[in-house]
Amino acid sequence: MIDTLRLTAEEAARLLRNKEISGGELWEAYRGAIDERDGELHCFLHVCDDPGGDGLPIAVKDVIGTKGIPTTAGSKILEGYVPVYDSTVIRRAKEGHGLRILGKTNTDEFAMGSSTENSAFGPSHNPWDPSRVPGGSGGGSAAAVSGGLAPWALGSDTGGSIKQPSALCGNVGLRPTYGTVSRYGIVALASSLDQVGPVARTVRDCAFLYSIIAGRDECDSTTVELPQDVKLPEGEDLRGIKVGVPKELNEAEGIESGVGEAVRAAIAKLEALGAEVGECSLPQSVEYGMACYYLIMPAEASSNLARYDGVRYGYRAEATERLEMYKQTREQGFGDEPKRRIMVGTYALSAGYYDAYYGQAQKVRTVIKREHDALFATFDALVSPTSPTVAFPLGARTADPIAMYLSDLLTIPSCMAGLPGLSIPCGLSEGLPVGLQLIGPQFAENTLFRIGHALEQAIGFDPVPERLRA
Amino acid sequence: MAIDREQLLHVAHLARLELREDEVERLEGQLNDILDAVSKVSELDLSDVPPTSHPLEVVNVWEDDEPRLCLPVEEALANAPEREGDFFKVPPGGAT
Repeated sequence: MIDTLRLTAEEAARLLRNKEISGGELWEAYRGAIDERDGELHCFLHVCDDPGGDGLPIAVKDVIGTKGIPTTAGSKILEGYVPVYDSTVIRRAKEGHGLRILGKTNTDEFAMGSSTENSAFGPSHNPWDPSRVPGGSGGGSAAAVSGGLAPWALGSDTGGSIKQPSALCGNVGLRPTYGTVSRYGIVALASSLDQVGPVARTVRDCAFLYSIIAGRDECDSTTVELPQDVKLPEGEDLRGIKVGVPKELNEAEGIESGVGEAVRAAIAKLEALGAEVGECSLPQSVEYGMACYYLIMPAEASSNLARYDGVRYGYRAEATERLEMYKQTREQGFGDEPKRRIMVGTYALSAGYYDAYYGQAQKVRTVIKREHDALFATFDALVSPTSPTVAFPLGARTADPIAMYLSDLLTIPSCMAGLPGLSIPCGLSEGLPVGLQLIGPQFAENTLFRIGHALEQAIGFDPVPERLRA
Repeated sequence: MAIDREQLLHVAHLARLELREDEVERLEGQLNDILDAVSKVSELDLSDVPPTSHPLEVVNVWEDDEPRLCLPVEEALANAPEREGDFFKVPPGGAT
């Protein structure tokens, strides 16, 4: 009997290698879990048939293009779109390791959101408490892993869309260093920020999936070779590691007391494991990060989403004249959040406002990057809560866009600086998972895996949602 | 800086969105709230700070201009809402 709630990808690979289970049995176990629980959780927008083979199954966020498998990005404007080529990450997953795609997971429309409630196809639900959101935008991938519907998953992160849902669902999620994972074939949100990354049940699984997808791709000129190979973490000793605790990321208004407590307890464990911990400061990154992000991201999004015009693929509205066709296609095809961001971005880029908004935001981005760089002269990594709160009830933030935007307050600054971030579960608050994020300098994924793994062992968090435990 | 109804409709035209009346009314309030929040960036005097458009120090990648395999026409047109022969078909142009 395969327990999909507990099985790690690493253990599944071992069972397959030793022929203790077959590829078909493994696939059927996850399909069974999907049949049993996806009606309630709505993690998947599309479920696939077994392509055959002995590779591990994987869930894939629906912004990642998959040849022959519908890819909607959670939007009506891409309903029925079937890519004619694989994104590079999917090609690598298939060719190198024979990974089999279980299905495409739910996302806020065009990855714009922090709860999956902006999906045109309805929200996903948190496996720990289905009346609450799984976070977003990659809530479908996180809920699928947490609910035992997939051993691991691919997500995408612009300002927190891997880390925040991983935190809210009790998973391990990595937002990689910008440029280490190809964006070729990914539905673009904000090109200077978007990164594909892994969601898993353990740090080692997360590191292994990262090793599969990372590296330079000739189809994406913003990618680079990894300066060192990915190392699967083993040790539990953190002697020689210096961890900074940025005051502003740990004391921000809005951090729930239970979240703060769980993270402080984990920081004490870091010290017990031998790490040197010191307080530090990111004064302007946190104060100005949100404003900076909510100019640069919509500006880039408004440009990227210009391609949805009803000409080459996707939805087209009936119209007798071309301009009318563009306008009606976009009006009818996009939901509220993409429209809001397209409007903000178009305004911020328009003549007369460009310098004050977009130009100034790009300078703030430099300030944020410099502040982080300065801390990494002293520290190997920084630590804070991933999300200020645990999973919130469905509907709690839908009426107020700015309240929803604040879900990503703590993840946004490091994203602006192109830095890697690893979120691991560090405890419960009100019976719901609390995520802790580790931020490193560019290309420091191995350091994050080492710290995350040691902490994971020391904390001993049970990733199976309490209500699903046998 | 506040955005009024006329500007909002102009921006919607630039973005090729035909907003419904109820959306115009809702967006006017929401956009002003958002612009108010993001205007915080103007508090900082950054006249000496260079902009960052990209988080990595990468330079252009140059390649020889040699033809190689690309999408066959049938695949490129596979998702077309409407086609005519080997072309995407669109309604005739009007005033822009």
